[in-house]
Amino acid sequence: MSMRVSHPGILSLLQDSGRQGQHRLGLSNGGPLDSEAFHLCNRLLQNPTGSTAIEISAGGLQLQCTADTWICLTGAPMPLSVNDNEHDNWTVHRVREGDAIKVGFSRAGVRAYLGVAGGFSIVPSFGSTATVVREGIGGLCGKALNTGDSLPYPVLKVCKSLFLPFRERPRYLNSLTVRVIPGYQQRLFSRVAKRRFFAAPYTVSERCDRMGYRMQGPAVNCAIGGILSEGICPGAIQVPPDGQPIILLNDRQTIGGYPKLGAALSTDVARLTQLTAGAKVHFAPITTDTARRALRLSTLRLLNLPLEERRN
Amino acid sequence: MKLQVTGENSLILYLGEDADEATSARVHAAVATIETALSDRLLDLVPSYASILILFDIQRIDHITVMKTLRKALAEPTTSAAGKGRTIALPVYYSRETGVDLEPLAARASLSVEQVIELHANTGYRVFAIGFAPGFAYLGQVDPRIAAPRLDTPRQRVPKGSVAIADRQTAVYPSESPGGWNLVGRCPVSLFNPAQDPAMPIAVGDQVCFEPISRAQFLSLGGDLG
Repeated sequence: MSMRVSHPGILSLLQDSGRQGQHRLGLSNGGPLDSEAFHLCNRLLQNPTGSTAIEISAGGLQLQCTADTWICLTGAPMPLSVNDNEHDNWTVHRVREGDAIKVGFSRAGVRAYLGVAGGFSIVPSFGSTATVVREGIGGLCGKALNTGDSLPYPVLKVCKSLFLPFRERPRYLNSLTVRVIPGYQQRLFSRVAKRRFFAAPYTVSERCDRMGYRMQGPAVNCAIGGILSEGICPGAIQVPPDGQPIILLNDRQTIGGYPKLGAALSTDVARLTQLTAGAKVHFAPITTDTARRALRLSTLRLLNLPLEERRN
Repeated sequence: MKLQVTGENSLILYLGEDADEATSARVHAAVATIETALSDRLLDLVPSYASILILFDIQRIDHITVMKTLRKALAEPTTSAAGKGRTIALPVYYSRETGVDLEPLAARASLSVEQVIELHANTGYRVFAIGFAPGFAYLGQVDPRIAAPRLDTPRQRVPKGSVAIADRQTAVYPSESPGGWNLVGRCPVSLFNPAQDPAMPIAVGDQVCFEPISRAQFLSLGGDLG
């Protein structure tokens, strides 16, 4: 039982919740950039947390089903159609053998998650199916999806037709406040530089990928240009000598030698990765305690968001 | 010793300022201590030249508790053996065909190619850090006479197994990639193989030495001259 890729779109990657505990081999985490949309995709399909789904960047993915199952598309609003009939996002749909699934291009936001009941059955590499193309690890032979690829899935008998009520669906705007835990070399940035960083608006640049989001705005200069290479945590805000901050994401290198201001809060990073070039971002400092509370709230919300069942 | 906040579920421990053997030995010893002290609340560790990034499970432990736990654990003396890694010998086919930068390096240092090879092979190296790419190990310190800066223009393609020098560091490219280090030879042993367990023959804190081999030995060990 599998889905055949008829067209991979711009960039479609198999992802589970990411690779943990492999940094000492130089492997990064991978995993879904918008972890919340990914998580909700699996919740809607009643899958175990972290089941393998497809992260679609920008859109354009087309699949052909070889056996009856259920699918769900969450995240950025990309039009979903089955045999050219439009279907709702954030909703579980029955698909039949021979059906053609098409995901159009996003109207707002960048990443969507297409899941299947039971999750795609992919052999994990270093404990995870997450595809990191730069490393050639995970997914199908470490590569992005390609025309002709076959994505196996289990045959399940039942799956409720759940959907996320409209009021709970995220809106993909083009401005965002990103909360930041100051840390690392933050003391090497002058008070003026830090005030500027936390006061001025930054723009998402064209140079954004799964390794990092480069921001454009007032330069934040550090007293030193480089440091002895050290470990980089997820969301770390690295400042190269040009003073333009880079938020480091799931496919980042595990070590690096540029000074860092601290790290962005993961729930805000998830939203950041839905922004396209030109979007406005403000940074706001928070303490580790506030961060912990915010994360707990966000986790509780994701686990308890009310899902409704469609009656046909 | 300095502990610094880095992010929502991470801290970094600094054990020195410089890339030297003594600091690296402290890093290696502290890794074991941190693993024991945090056990299953630890998500991952990134040891490097003089620091260790510590990622922990924020659902089960907070920054303050991690700091307290680590300060206490790290204050206790460690056994001297903890700072010593294993010693691994890697065969290297040093030659003009596999080490296209041997001649420029020799000219730069006013040495013969043979002397450059001898200086590179007769030094014991420590694994300071692993990163940049899966299995890429930063080894040091290269003899100052053959230390050379990175190329002004990195090469588009450096073959898998290439042994190279950048400043006082040396490394074996675990897979074909672009790169700007000075190539001196090629190693037929795979430094990163996902199909093997462990995937890497070396770890941070280990000692590495290079053993010169002939072209025939290189080929018989599975080396690729492509």
